[in-house]
Amino acid sequence: MRRMFLPALFVAAAMFAFAPVYVARAPFESTMGLVQKIFYFHFPSAILMLTSAIVSGVGSAWFLARKRPSADRLAFAAAELTVLFGLLTLVTGPLWARKAWGVWWQWDARLTMSLLLWMIFVAYLLLRKYGGPGSETLSAGLAVFGMANVPFIYVSVNVWRTIHPKTTVVPTLPVDMSAPLWFCFAAFALLYMTLLTARMRLEEQRSQLEQLYLEIED
Amino acid sequence: MKAVHVAFVLLIALLVFGHEGFAQPQPPAGPPPQIEGFVPVDSLPPAEQLPAARLLIIAYAFVWVAIFFYVWSLWKRLGKVEGELHQLAKRTGANAR
Repeated sequence: MRRMFLPALFVAAAMFAFAPVYVARAPFESTMGLVQKIFYFHFPSAILMLTSAIVSGVGSAWFLARKRPSADRLAFAAAELTVLFGLLTLVTGPLWARKAWGVWWQWDARLTMSLLLWMIFVAYLLLRKYGGPGSETLSAGLAVFGMANVPFIYVSVNVWRTIHPKTTVVPTLPVDMSAPLWFCFAAFALLYMTLLTARMRLEEQRSQLEQLYLEIED
Repeated sequence: MKAVHVAFVLLIALLVFGHEGFAQPQPPAGPPPQIEGFVPVDSLPPAEQLPAARLLIIAYAFVWVAIFFYVWSLWKRLGKVEGELHQLAKRTGANAR
């Protein structure tokens, strides 16, 4: 396990180290200037937060339907990463907004629903930690509910117009801005996959440990 | 695990490129307002006088620190469980003998 984890982590770390250099070479956006470069880390975190919520929701639905422990492990690992990438999104966004919009936070549909999604998955983790026996079924229901939020968050900026950029911004970027963005995205995605695999492995080992303890008690 | 990886890639592709189905037609943009003459930086509203570099550095540093902390915590948890598993396996092996 550690043999795979370390090289992937090393490549991701190297990509993260090079990312600021690549981002610095990208041209400045005409109205926002330097602060717009937060976008190169904000966008990948946000997309991975949404992806992770879907992974957790699908894993939970699968667990509720089939009672497969591997589905629960996937859902749990993805829920923890939703909280991590959600935190990155919710911190980098206001830092960008403070300069670009003049305020740290705006209670618009996109920002409010993203915060809500993050809180749902924080609740999921709290339930898993303190909920006691049977909490995996309850938390699976919560994750499915969290996943249902994702399409609304995604389309919110197109339906309820605010000052948050629309989803059409990314595909229309010029090449010298889109190349560093996709590089950063690849670094984040690689890191996400590595962490998800390692986190699932941790749950697998925890269940093996529980099994061993039960065998000893018997 | 392979199925999870494939599903993950498809999901990302859908989120990134699926915007066209939801995009709404754009109204034609009017000409930008004309600025007459130069505006001294002191006359700008306070939000525009904020140094952008500080915010940018905080954002990038926060991402680095948060990821580093999470990797460290995961590594520590994995090490602890692996160690406990190893010890328990040795104990059960010794008992079996």
